[in-house]
Amino acid sequence: MRAVDAIMECLKAEGVEVVFGYPGGANLPTYDAFVDAGIRHVLVRHEAGGGHAAEGYAKSTGKVAVCLGTSGPGATNLVTPIMDAMMDSVPVVFITGQVRTDLLGTDGFQEADILGITMPAVKHSWMITDPADIPQAIHEAFHVAGSGRPGPVVVDIPTDLSKADIPYEIGQEVPLDLPGYQPKFEGNAKQIRQAARALAAAKRPVLYVGGGAVAAGAQDEVRELAHVSGFPVTCTLMALGVYPAPDPQWLGMPGMHGTRTANYSMDEADLIFSIGARFDDRITGNLAEFAPNAKFIHLDIDPAEIGKNVPAHIPIVGDAKQVLGKLIPEYESLGAEKARLDDWWEKIHGWQAKYPLTYEDTKDSEIKPQFAIKAIWEASGGDAIVTSDVGQHQMWTAQRYDFKEPRTWINSGGLGTMGFGLPAALGAQVGNPDSLVICVTGDGSIQMNSQEMATATQEGLPVKVVIINNGYLGMVRQWQELFWEKRYSHVDLRDPDNEVPNWMKLADAYGWTGVRLEKKETLVDDLRAAFATPGPVLVDVRVVREENTYPMIAPGAAARDMVG
Amino acid sequence: MGDPGTKEVLSLEALQASASLRTGRKHVLSLVVQNRPGVLVRIAGLFARRGFNINTLSVGPTDDDNKSRVTVTVDGATVPIDQVTKQLHKLVNVLKIRDLEPDQTVARELALFKVGVENGPRRAEVLQICNIFRGKIVDITKQSLVIEVTGTPEKIEALEEMLLPFGLIEMMRTGEIAISRGRDET
Repeated sequence: MRAVDAIMECLKAEGVEVVFGYPGGANLPTYDAFVDAGIRHVLVRHEAGGGHAAEGYAKSTGKVAVCLGTSGPGATNLVTPIMDAMMDSVPVVFITGQVRTDLLGTDGFQEADILGITMPAVKHSWMITDPADIPQAIHEAFHVAGSGRPGPVVVDIPTDLSKADIPYEIGQEVPLDLPGYQPKFEGNAKQIRQAARALAAAKRPVLYVGGGAVAAGAQDEVRELAHVSGFPVTCTLMALGVYPAPDPQWLGMPGMHGTRTANYSMDEADLIFSIGARFDDRITGNLAEFAPNAKFIHLDIDPAEIGKNVPAHIPIVGDAKQVLGKLIPEYESLGAEKARLDDWWEKIHGWQAKYPLTYEDTKDSEIKPQFAIKAIWEASGGDAIVTSDVGQHQMWTAQRYDFKEPRTWINSGGLGTMGFGLPAALGAQVGNPDSLVICVTGDGSIQMNSQEMATATQEGLPVKVVIINNGYLGMVRQWQELFWEKRYSHVDLRDPDNEVPNWMKLADAYGWTGVRLEKKETLVDDLRAAFATPGPVLVDVRVVREENTYPMIAPGAAARDMVG
Repeated sequence: MGDPGTKEVLSLEALQASASLRTGRKHVLSLVVQNRPGVLVRIAGLFARRGFNINTLSVGPTDDDNKSRVTVTVDGATVPIDQVTKQLHKLVNVLKIRDLEPDQTVARELALFKVGVENGPRRAEVLQICNIFRGKIVDITKQSLVIEVTGTPEKIEALEEMLLPFGLIEMMRTGEIAISRGRDET
């Protein structure tokens, strides 16, 4: 059969239900195959939207997502989502069209060396040189993307090869040839035992949980370990919901805009158990001053994360779910008394009482952004799938939405990609058709991929987009205020005499319902009504313009020196 | 440590971290990689973006057409060697990595020296030095000699030092390749 028909069969064999993409010259053969394949295809309006939608689908469902683009600009438009997926370990198979083999290397029309361009941004990639290799490459791509530490992969297929006839039968077994790829899942038994003993000896422990726990589906084990041990728990931006908030053992998120309690706990801990987290600079602040009294147990499926930023006193390479499953009975067998933690909890409760997440509310009807996030939480019942863009609104949401389950908070953590939120919400809605999907965004971020409003309408995806609208690139403005002597440079998006875009007209233009909300008193009810409105809704929430996101670890400062 | 069933209390103070130490010496990494297009770019790109400086790098075929051997030398004083090997292991086309122990390894490189010498006593002197270093003359003209020599980097640097006063026109070195001593495969 044609190689492109074989691709469709391979996708079906991998259980693919939906593909996000955009056609063009070099992937015309693949799009021809879609006509008869019976696989849902979501036509986006820009390849970056397709890539982020695939990420939103993968992050919310845990499945490997698929995104298609054509050669040249189609492929280069995918670079941001590919890098985004790399930073946040999101399993996406990107399949790009490429120019004909006889044109390769000649600067042909719409030729771009996408393999070369994306090499630092992929877990692995394949350039097809023989059409007979295509089925194997597709299956290998799914295996590499979805196993071990998940990540993006690229398969680049020259258009003439995709049209070729290849020997392939439907349902054919395709052996993989990946001798250099053998992720380890189980964890070394001796190290696990050693970790259990260290945990039993700890007097000021912290469970520090990262995105690896989400990827492993380890929420039950993390919760069980917390309950068995009585340890305090903090989850990174990538892992919110793995441990439910609020909860007596929940410290809040750590890091630059985390809670003081979480940061002070790490600062004074004698043992930090990192479960699938990577000690990113937004967590540690000044690395030299990070957790000066702590020993580290570092559990990660990627050995290269262990010892990369902080020393690992007990390294465990493995899958968080499997390793914790073995570690919990080991820990229980040691009979450690929870009473040894009494002093530690007293200290933590002291911080919690002294430094709650707070803000000064307005005296009139004006809406503070923090109030808006709490209102979204209340109006949505606290169990929506929430995506966000990047900036102040993202941090306010992470701090205040109180996620209860993993895969309900979907944002761009590592790369910090503005424009992620709307397409990610579309992907999440495709993967979770019965869920309320809310995109919390800013008036800056939303304009980076607002063209995807058309996709929502055409595909019937009833996402609710809430713009925390302060007329500024708020986070940059905040940094200019705090660290650049309030010399505001190109952060003001709002001309009061000629405001663009007219959000209500924009909503109307795309066939969305538009709502503008300005009153604190009715905000919860108004949001509830907006979320209950069928179809996609754009909610423009006008908030106080110059509110800062606090608390904050200033760049390069230590966690104990948080401000605000 | 940690025998099954032990209830002995572990002392957190006694725990030592091992990772990410700078070793302070030269490391010769011997990699077996799949012979696929782009493999070398992946390896070189990894070194570049992680800020790992490469001292030498050589690539060649092996006895198996599907595999190539890459030998990389890096300075363990400036580069965290465990991070280098762990990151290299993440490359799907890298099959095997060995950080070769210096005293268990035979490492050699090849160098070509072009020396400017007119006929006369200086030419004889260069030939004499060449013999001492067990070099071979592989090209000769009235104005120049090309010397081929193999050996350790130290030996090649010593020869370079000796030839400099005679008018070294140019020099080329392959970078080291290395093989483990004894019966076992590298």
